[in-house]
Amino acid sequence: MGILEVKDVGKRFGGLQALGDVNLSVQENSCHAIIGPNGAGKSTLLNCLIGKLIPDTGSVLFDGQSVLGRTPYEICQMGISRVFQTPEIFGDLSVLENMMIPIFAKRDGAFELNAFSSVFAQRDVLEQAEHMLAEMNLADKRHMHAAAMSRGDKRRLEIAMCLSQNPRLLLLDEPTAGMARADTNNTIDLLKQIKDERDITIAIIEHDMHVVFSLADRITVLAQGRPLVEDTPDKIKGHPKVREAYLGESA
Amino acid sequence: MFGLDKTDTKLLLIVAVLCLFAPFILNPFPTSSGLAQFNAGYPDLMQRFVIFGIFAVGFNILFGLTGYLSFGHAAFLGVGSYSAVWMFKLLSMNVIPAILLSVLLSGVFALIIGYVSLRRSGIYFSILTLAFAQMSFALAYSVFTPITGGETGLQLALDDPRILGISQTAGGNIPVPALFGLEMRASWDLVLGDWQFTFNAGYYLCALILLAAFYMAIRIFRSPFGMMLRAVKSNQQRMNYTGLNTKPYTLAAFVISGMYAGLAGGLMASMDPLAGAERMQWTASGEVVLMTILGGAGTLIGPVLGAGFIKYFENIFSKLNDNVLHGWFAFMPDGLENLMVTIVHPFVGKGWHLTLGILFMLVVIFLPGGLVEGGQRVGRLFRRRDIKSTGPEAEAAQQRNAAE
Repeated sequence: MGILEVKDVGKRFGGLQALGDVNLSVQENSCHAIIGPNGAGKSTLLNCLIGKLIPDTGSVLFDGQSVLGRTPYEICQMGISRVFQTPEIFGDLSVLENMMIPIFAKRDGAFELNAFSSVFAQRDVLEQAEHMLAEMNLADKRHMHAAAMSRGDKRRLEIAMCLSQNPRLLLLDEPTAGMARADTNNTIDLLKQIKDERDITIAIIEHDMHVVFSLADRITVLAQGRPLVEDTPDKIKGHPKVREAYLGESA
Repeated sequence: MFGLDKTDTKLLLIVAVLCLFAPFILNPFPTSSGLAQFNAGYPDLMQRFVIFGIFAVGFNILFGLTGYLSFGHAAFLGVGSYSAVWMFKLLSMNVIPAILLSVLLSGVFALIIGYVSLRRSGIYFSILTLAFAQMSFALAYSVFTPITGGETGLQLALDDPRILGISQTAGGNIPVPALFGLEMRASWDLVLGDWQFTFNAGYYLCALILLAAFYMAIRIFRSPFGMMLRAVKSNQQRMNYTGLNTKPYTLAAFVISGMYAGLAGGLMASMDPLAGAERMQWTASGEVVLMTILGGAGTLIGPVLGAGFIKYFENIFSKLNDNVLHGWFAFMPDGLENLMVTIVHPFVGKGWHLTLGILFMLVVIFLPGGLVEGGQRVGRLFRRRDIKSTGPEAEAAQQRNAAE
């Protein structure tokens, strides 16, 4: 059984069946990509996994426990971290503070009224944050306003923030959307490195075939809210159904 | 010092010195000079400066850190005042239990209002808090008359029980609020030549409490809790997906700032033991918003400056009348004198709101960071000047910049 089990999930928005009978099993320590043309239901599926939407039918199990009906922060505390399409960071805070917040969340839980001690007196959190920034090559930017960083650095910071919580599952929603080629390649290298060095499962939703084929161990193709095929990248590349539905024009 | 870093300690010391020497600083003009009416060093006004300073510092913990703009904070001020007066009526004239009860009750009140209002954010939150405050005002004015005194307000009476104190003094008067025998209205005058400085017991109690409140605010700003509140303002989505529940954070900030407001209300009643519903009105809520923005929202010292600025205008500018103006322009020929008085007239006396409004607009447009930003700009100007200079001054400036 995989770390993430999606069974018969369906979601309807008014007259639109956004998802129907989606079955998906993500194996632990693998990288699973979900691809599909626009409107295939990729984002809806992702939102069902992290508590933003509740599916009408079916079940989503993470490590044997249902995530349905839980709020996003509870799901995060279970060990699922999410990287957004546009980097979601704390723009008004410094890079170092950005890095410390998830470590506090991991240490103290969803709420802690720690109102009388200085942030910088929390040596353990500070050290972890500094360490993570150094690992991600962001150490020289630690006092910078996070909003002032480049798109690529914001993405690095966001991934670093997610990783600092040691999640078991990292969800990436089009992590290279709108990036320059160089930044895209940097992000791919970073994700490869994360995959190799850590015990972590990655689920990635992506448009860019280059990214998908260089990272994924398995690929699920969604079309019109239903999974079309699931297989290894090599097989997906040559699959006639996939060519027809998705790669048709570009391949 | 006190677990603060160098800059924060300096800030706390500046506020302490300002509070301690306020009777001198606010009375720079000799009593006989024409400028004596700009003196603000009388007890009543000095008390108001620090009390509204506490109110604004607390408001800033909510608005400055989380960005949630409450338009109903005066309700907590009112609750604080009523609780203090009730303590004076029932228990004793000692201000300590009165202030404790005001903080406690306003905290409970803030918990209830905050719990409901914080279900929404942005403008809807502001409207909800405004609605609650106006509701409290209307109730205090009518239905709750037995508790609040309704239109006349809540006052002390000769037949109040005061179980731990006395109902009447030996002379048949209502006793006055005191701190273990030290009457709040007790004052001591220091006359130096043409200058007169007044030291008032009530003022110094308020100033001490302001210092404590300010110290608490610094600690909150620098704590992990304060950082989380700034994170709420910056990106709630990321907060949620980082495993943090934003609601208890905002609620805690709301309750803390409500307790600050209650403390201010309790002090107000301790200085002058009466409470009226108008203290809860929306204009009073709006005033603290103005103070915070004018001084600099999200900065530590800003709200205190803003509170002082507005209270100074309210009490000093509003007292300038046409006679005073004629006195000022008396050196001019008659026609010109009248013209000048006519021009200045709308901006002073009852028109002080106009002056304040213009100043507020200027600050918001040219100094979005409030008076604090103004101070920083002036500071930078001087620093730049000494970098350009030569010799020992320039070296000192370089060292200073390197140290920063």
